[in-house]
Amino acid sequence: MMLHRLIAAIFFIALMLVSVTTINAQSVRPPGNAVNQSTDEQIGTSNTLGPDSQSKYWHDLRQGKSGLSTTGRSGGLLIQAQGEQWRLIRKNYIIKYSGWVLAAVLVILVLFFLIRGKIRLKGGRSGQTISRFSLPHRTAHWFMASIFIMLGLSGLILLLGRTALAPLIGKNVYSIFASAAMQGHNLFGPLFIVALVWMYYLFVPGNFFKMVDLKWILKGGGLIGGHASAGHYNFGEKVWFWAVAIVGLLISITGIILEFPWLSANLQLLQISTIVHAIGAVGLIAFALGHIYIGTIGMEGALDSMTTGDVDVNWAKEHHDLWYEEVTGEKSATHDQGETGHAQVYSQDKITGV
Amino acid sequence: MARMKFLCDAERCIECNACVTACKNEHEVPWGINRRRVVTLSDGKPGERSISVACMHCSDAPCMAVCPVDCFYQTPDGVVLHNKDLCIGCGYCFFACPFGAPQYPQAGNFGSRGKMDKCTFCAGGPDADHSAEEFKKYGRNRMAEGKLPICAEMCSTKALLAGDGNIVSNIYRERVVGRGFGSGAWGWGRAYPGSVSN
Repeated sequence: MMLHRLIAAIFFIALMLVSVTTINAQSVRPPGNAVNQSTDEQIGTSNTLGPDSQSKYWHDLRQGKSGLSTTGRSGGLLIQAQGEQWRLIRKNYIIKYSGWVLAAVLVILVLFFLIRGKIRLKGGRSGQTISRFSLPHRTAHWFMASIFIMLGLSGLILLLGRTALAPLIGKNVYSIFASAAMQGHNLFGPLFIVALVWMYYLFVPGNFFKMVDLKWILKGGGLIGGHASAGHYNFGEKVWFWAVAIVGLLISITGIILEFPWLSANLQLLQISTIVHAIGAVGLIAFALGHIYIGTIGMEGALDSMTTGDVDVNWAKEHHDLWYEEVTGEKSATHDQGETGHAQVYSQDKITGV
Repeated sequence: MARMKFLCDAERCIECNACVTACKNEHEVPWGINRRRVVTLSDGKPGERSISVACMHCSDAPCMAVCPVDCFYQTPDGVVLHNKDLCIGCGYCFFACPFGAPQYPQAGNFGSRGKMDKCTFCAGGPDADHSAEEFKKYGRNRMAEGKLPICAEMCSTKALLAGDGNIVSNIYRERVVGRGFGSGAWGWGRAYPGSVSN
């Protein structure tokens, strides 16, 4: 009998314990001010899978949805979708066409030289000279020129080297070239900004567009033949100046962004910067090839203005007649005799100043 | 030959970061660099998932395509490796990579990039297998020892799978069938286009 009672007591105590825990479990309720989450959005198989469908979840990731991460420099971004576009633009457009553009410019210059030849001074050299560029002007020009060539060459090595250089000299040697090019490009890059500001400051007077430039365009700049009047700078020179100033500014800004990647954590900004930087630079290099051609072998007497700074009087009369008249006060004999109206225009120009 | 692939089962990853730590330890990865990272999505909300991500060794690897010095190569196993002797630290592979895998130790006072470092699928680099240079530059070469990547080998929930793509996808398919949901083989559509339909 004692055993029966003992078993009954144990059973009773166990029953009590179970009921107490059951009551406790039921009393665990959310506090009165708790807000229940709406169940309307929950499309997934269960609450743990979240409100979004599987396909939407993975689609969002593919489009660049971010999460949290305690490690790694890319943080919580799992897929950056624009990288593929960047690759395609760089490979299929920039690298491909920049090579062709530069090659085409070289071919055009060679053809032009073969057909038109060196543009000679019609009256020959007079022996008398006239001062065109001061020493500060020439210093700024050659400072810019040396940095431009250095940056242009190193940039082209990095842009086109894998296609054009590596197969010729081998990957190992090319890698040394490319490494030097990149280090040099980064080291001398900031000097371009110094040169740009300096040159802009010295060369901007006289580089604003005037009515005479329109006439110059209509006459084709005298490249094909005939004479086109011009002041201190002709239309071509003015366009070159503004191209360097504006595109140079773009290249400077993007270059700073690329040189110091810690300035911005925005990868897209870096990707766009490389594209703008490359297109702008290739454009300027193409323009510079024309500038170098016409300043050296393309035209007799042109180089003097950037070496000694003094140009032959006949060169000034033939290529910058308005400037010659303004400086000397003499009337240039080079413009066409039939056009008497020109003298009037020139004197107006003188009054307004260049 | 097998095509080596990574797969992270987002339904299993518990964000313990042991793969990150194991990788760092195995390869003695430079300070400040983690070849693998764990990303948690919808943190603290319904639908929270974690995914471990490193270089996915893509079939048509963007890094290989954009590298200006052509320092990348793909092994017959499909593993994308690079030659640190050629790398110039330009950062282009990082611009192109969808998964943010390439990383650079800081090389100069102005924040310039050193030679790129990334996951090697524990397959070393172009230097002689098990040489001191190989270990210094790329870490341990477990593949040459007949072993799979350490991150997947030691994963406690077996969320991270690495190995022959066919075997990996079969294991994953069995899991999806077994539990009845979770068919997002994350990153596969991006890394191995045409080889998987998910």
